[in-house]
Amino acid sequence: MPAAETLKRTPLHERHVAAGARLVPFAGWEMPVQYEGIRAEHMAVRSSAGVFDVSHMGQIETRGPQAHDLLQRLVSNDVRRIPEGGAQYGLLCREDGGILDDVFTYRLAEAHFLTVTNASNHEKDLAWFQRHAADFDADVLDRLEDWAMLAVQGPQARRIVGELADGRLPRRMHVCQRTVADVPMLVAGTGYTGEDGVELLLAPDGAPAVWDALTAAGAQASGLGARDTLRLEVCFHLYGNDMDETRNPIEAGLGWVCKEDTGFIGAEAVRSARADGPAEKLVAFALTGEGIPRPGNAVVGGGVVTSGTLSPCLGAGIGMAYVPAERARPGESIEIDVRGRIRPAEVREKPLYKKETP
Amino acid sequence: MADESYPDDLLYHPEHDWARVEGDTATFGITWYAQDQLGEVVFFEPPAVGTEIGKDDAYTEVESVKAVSDVVAPLSGEVIEVNDELKDSPEAINDDPYGAGWMVKVRLSDDSETDGLLDAAAYRATLG
Repeated sequence: MPAAETLKRTPLHERHVAAGARLVPFAGWEMPVQYEGIRAEHMAVRSSAGVFDVSHMGQIETRGPQAHDLLQRLVSNDVRRIPEGGAQYGLLCREDGGILDDVFTYRLAEAHFLTVTNASNHEKDLAWFQRHAADFDADVLDRLEDWAMLAVQGPQARRIVGELADGRLPRRMHVCQRTVADVPMLVAGTGYTGEDGVELLLAPDGAPAVWDALTAAGAQASGLGARDTLRLEVCFHLYGNDMDETRNPIEAGLGWVCKEDTGFIGAEAVRSARADGPAEKLVAFALTGEGIPRPGNAVVGGGVVTSGTLSPCLGAGIGMAYVPAERARPGESIEIDVRGRIRPAEVREKPLYKKETP
Repeated sequence: MADESYPDDLLYHPEHDWARVEGDTATFGITWYAQDQLGEVVFFEPPAVGTEIGKDDAYTEVESVKAVSDVVAPLSGEVIEVNDELKDSPEAINDDPYGAGWMVKVRLSDDSETDGLLDAAAYRATLG
């Protein structure tokens, strides 16, 4: 673990310190894990709105006549289907299908894309983009330092951002240029919590003023701890936990973002994995009694937990695990070895938490 | 959450545990600093009554949403009582770490071990 002085800080670092956040090293960054408490922040996002500093996320800009063709080669999803002003989730895969990263790609203009990477993978992704860009008439630019990023999430998130904005917010899976709290930015209808909301990409200089405006308007400052419990309740994958280079998209349950006919790197491996069926599958589960599963806990009879926590909304231990494919059906009883205590659990449908619709 | 405090009538282990020694028995728990580092405690399962626990060894675990931490025994002995209330209200460990947040009562097996523990001032000094 790098010493504190070598960790990168976001433009909101002083805000986090002033708010009494607990700061921890995360993927080379000093990031807030919590302010008030993980459960309070989690429930604020489910019931009202929270704002997260996710400026550690990386950005790669791709532009030029063949920017689209380059991305079609790199990204597992069908990039042709992203309209101008659209967003799409996809994977970067190796030739053998191993997952390099999961990314969001925004199409800002016909030949202009912005891809958001995971902090821990950004340098690797950038090198991967640059290596493959040599075959295309397209420029690949590292934009990590140029963008701060805030996620505003929850049922009140759009109202709060909308009241500070100079125009309508983009609908889900779309992106547009707006001014929010007098700061120009990209506003995207995306997120990682299972709630409605937006993500804001803006110049680092403007981030503190926007943060102040959002928190003053009622968005709860929320840390990476709540971000993790929120995403796990709705079974969004976390790179490095639920997938990595040793897992292919089919076993990770991400076949739906792979369009093999586009010929992306890894498409042939994914095609055969899809045809053969995976030996193991990533499932969601909940403990039926007490206890909290944690990453690395064994599944009795084969398999391993990749994410685990106490679900604030469900009040039970929940997680995701790779299990033998024949035991992956929802309703299947499994047992988790939580540091020597055998905890009964049940494979569940994804997402584990579903918003009640009135 | 409680305000930071380290009562003078307790003995402290550098791994952030306290002991309230009364004759040949003692009550154990974790310090204000430990619960603050851990964050909101959401799960605690006490060891069984009758368990023999050894000074400096982990005798149970305490879990926040984010992480699980070992709880180290400040002294050796046999568990004679456990705080079952914490199964339903583990937040007492945050709210009242030296009172309702107590974890176990132990019959001590070696009364000389207390010499190796810190008083409140010495423990506080370790926190910097």
